Amino acid sequence: MNLPVNIWNRAAETLPREEIRQLQLKRLQETLSLVANKVPCYQAKFKDSGFKPGDLHSLEDLHHLPFTTKEDLRVNYPYGMFAVPMREVVRIHSSSGTTGKPTVVGYTKDDIRTWTELVARFMTAAGVTQEDIVHIAFGYGLFTGAFGLHYGSEAIGASVIPINGGNTDKQLMIMQDYRSSALVCTPSYGLTLADRMEKQGIAPGSLALRVGLFGAEPWSEQMRVELEQRLGIIATDNYGLSEIMGPGVAGECLLKQGMHLAEDHFLAEVIDPDTGAVLPEGSVGELVLTSLTKQAFPMIRYRTRDITRLNYDVCDCGRTLARMEKTRGRTDDMLIIKGVNVFPTQIEEVLFQIEGCEPHYQLIVDRENNMDSLEVQVEVNEHIFFDEMKQQRQFVINAEKRLATVLGVSAKVKLVEPQTIKRHEGKAIRVIDRRNQ
Amino acid sequence: MKVEQISIFIENKSGRLAEVTGVLGKTGINIRALSLADTSDFGILRLIVDDSQKALKVLREQRFTVSITEVIGIEVPDSPGGLTSILQLLDQHNVNVEYMYAFAERVGNNAIIIFRFDNVDEAISALSSHGVKILPSERITSI
Repeated sequence: MNLPVNIWNRAAETLPREEIRQLQLKRLQETLSLVANKVPCYQAKFKDSGFKPGDLHSLEDLHHLPFTTKEDLRVNYPYGMFAVPMREVVRIHSSSGTTGKPTVVGYTKDDIRTWTELVARFMTAAGVTQEDIVHIAFGYGLFTGAFGLHYGSEAIGASVIPINGGNTDKQLMIMQDYRSSALVCTPSYGLTLADRMEKQGIAPGSLALRVGLFGAEPWSEQMRVELEQRLGIIATDNYGLSEIMGPGVAGECLLKQGMHLAEDHFLAEVIDPDTGAVLPEGSVGELVLTSLTKQAFPMIRYRTRDITRLNYDVCDCGRTLARMEKTRGRTDDMLIIKGVNVFPTQIEEVLFQIEGCEPHYQLIVDRENNMDSLEVQVEVNEHIFFDEMKQQRQFVINAEKRLATVLGVSAKVKLVEPQTIKRHEGKAIRVIDRRNQ
Repeated sequence: MKVEQISIFIENKSGRLAEVTGVLGKTGINIRALSLADTSDFGILRLIVDDSQKALKVLREQRFTVSITEVIGIEVPDSPGGLTSILQLLDQHNVNVEYMYAFAERVGNNAIIIFRFDNVDEAISALSSHGVKILPSERITSI
């Protein structure tokens, strides 16, 4: 492949494996000392486990410490997990908090610097340079996405258009007139833009768009193909969560063979979500992250609930940092229907294989007469609307057949009108489980 | 010859049909003929209106899923067996009727029926060459 390999921080991103481990051990010891001194929640965890920061002699010793979960953050809402006084905190962000209280996270000046550096790394890996005009269509606000990408773009020297989310027609006008070359948004919003372009007769070739950096929700390989073709871009994935930092935890290079994880700042483990056991290298399981350099909001063994796999082989781009596979779903998204594990992403892939179907869908899980039922609601659009009832019903039958084959359980497909499925902050709510109500 | 028919996807829930007709009514669009095909979950509403492009625009603005299909309007003798002769003629020319529905009003002594065929052009030539009257688009929308 003849792609330009730009590396933002060559020394850090191509560090030999043994040196990565040494650096991680040193930084882990510092982080454990910090939280043992400053954060009551961690002081209790050390006490309960009988493990002291001084007992850490290898990275594997970390296994003696318990996990940190979303529940810990909820109990310590809002500032209980902060390791520095508020006068040192320069920024507050917060998770969307769709269920109960949101999660509050804070950053010191150094934390913001680190965050900016890590976003600049993955944006560079995704092909962004100072020549680019970066169109940031994430919502600016408590959500980490927009600010993270904003600061990273500026560090690279690219020109930022902080367009914010929504108002698709205006987005397209600005994209045409300001010559946006790098698009930053959720993958589902990327498809919304593509739909609107089609409707308005805007050919992808008439825009200056070159690359698309998509994150904030899981997406499939089929969705990548569709985004690349319909927007005329190279589409890359990036990963982050506000509890750990926000975007910048991991991101793909142009080879698209997994997201390089910033291992000099985060220690990654993969565990069995049911037993909590650490799994051998290369296993699929839940990602657990420990921050190694964060000051305001350090996290020890945080359960991300994202299902993935890590690959420690050196990438052809030269980066030595482990590569994380596209997330396969979340442990809390995983549905057990009639005893079968079902991930919403599997359903997304099936819907994509049926030509022209954009992924606005929602799963309704219910229990009738002690039997689980799965209904997939699909928003109808003009690609999958047929004037003839015969064809419209055939579409439903085909979708149901494919779903049954892929999932191993039967699903009813219900066509619904556009905009029926609720969105929250640009993210579609994918699953409604009524079994425990 | 061909008439633009508007097709709309609607979910089977109460009041939905009224919303479609309400949108059209408010914009001053008059419905000339209509047919509804439905299943337990959803339906396809097909309309002939006096201004199909305007209807398409306002319905899309209201986020309905809409498409335009070409159909033709045929004058059928309003007498026993009148429709049969036309259907037989189409059958001889291997044109299939996908669906059809009638206009409420008559033109002279004839009823008007809207047809969707698998091969619209073949249907037009077969019907015209046998003296069956196909109504011009502007006639239909102004009935």
